[in-house]
Amino acid sequence: MSASTPDATHAPAIAQARRWYWQRISAMVLALCVLIHLAVMVYAVRGGLSAAEILGRTQGNWAFGAFYAIFVVACAAHVPVGVANIAREWWGLGERAARALSLALALLLLVTGLRAVLAVVAPGGAA
Amino acid sequence: MTATLEVKVWRGKSQGGFSAYAVPRQGSQTVLDVVTHIQRHLEPTLSYRFACRVGMCGSCAMTVNGLARWTCRTHVTKVVGNDGRLEIAPLANLPVIKDLATDMTEFFDKWARAKGQFKGTRSRHDDFERIEPASAERVAANAGIECIGCGVCHASCDVVAWRPDYLGPAALNRAWTLVNDVRDVNQAERLRAVAGDAGCHACHTQGSCTERCPKQLAPTLAIAGLKRKVAKAAVRGEL
Repeated sequence: MSASTPDATHAPAIAQARRWYWQRISAMVLALCVLIHLAVMVYAVRGGLSAAEILGRTQGNWAFGAFYAIFVVACAAHVPVGVANIAREWWGLGERAARALSLALALLLLVTGLRAVLAVVAPGGAA
Repeated sequence: MTATLEVKVWRGKSQGGFSAYAVPRQGSQTVLDVVTHIQRHLEPTLSYRFACRVGMCGSCAMTVNGLARWTCRTHVTKVVGNDGRLEIAPLANLPVIKDLATDMTEFFDKWARAKGQFKGTRSRHDDFERIEPASAERVAANAGIECIGCGVCHASCDVVAWRPDYLGPAALNRAWTLVNDVRDVNQAERLRAVAGDAGCHACHTQGSCTERCPKQLAPTLAIAGLKRKVAKAAVRGEL
């Protein structure tokens, strides 16, 4: 590797490389989260489950909240990268429009996801 | 086996149509033999490209029954069913000059854009650099250097079809052989060239290039290697 300092002209290459490894890392997190999520879900609903029973277990359970907050953040990092590619390649959007769309989707996933986590974890059902 | 082949051949440029020809079937006949028969005996104005006829030059690739293939080493028996039908079209993802001849300019310009040129420091007056044949870099470079530049991978790649500026499997494979050339001094610049929006990260690892490469190379593997190398360089701030 020859010594050269990164400058503004290398920004797209650096951004693309970062998007790639963040998508890889978030995919690893998601793989683990989805497995735990499915296992817990199957285990928890063995005898049927009502909304009140679910909230009874989740409210005030901050470990549960932390797990799903990580899940949401991993989704918000992972999904938009793929959607930007789909928008670019299948919907015919330009690079900038695809990036803007993916950023908006990331924010939407993050806000609605974290709000949902808060709603089931906060004691007394805040949010 | 039918006595004659019913061959449809593309005539025209991007606008055009298929013309049908009846070609006598022969033993050990290649698709290039079929095209040559048509041009010599049935349709003298048919344009196509070939040179070596032995799978070295990479100039005779065409779309044969829907798939990109090197025609000089594709036997008719391999691609024709019992109905004796053959459809021959120019390579996909490249502009058609006429009939079966495509304009390869953009294909090779992409090799240049991916920094596919070797840049060393030694001159003819210096001694040879000694490269350990079993070293990891040499083995990785060896795996990709037999590319003949036929364009089959480029024509088979869906990402090239969706994103025409995507450098494509051949150019990225070439870049990967040079990334593994320890004598080359243009490494940072090359990684930057293959990292952008139209570079290695656009690859979806579908593997059509590797599936169709007549030389059994694996551009998919090369591109995966570039992704890892670029990611490491980005993390270290070397990009």
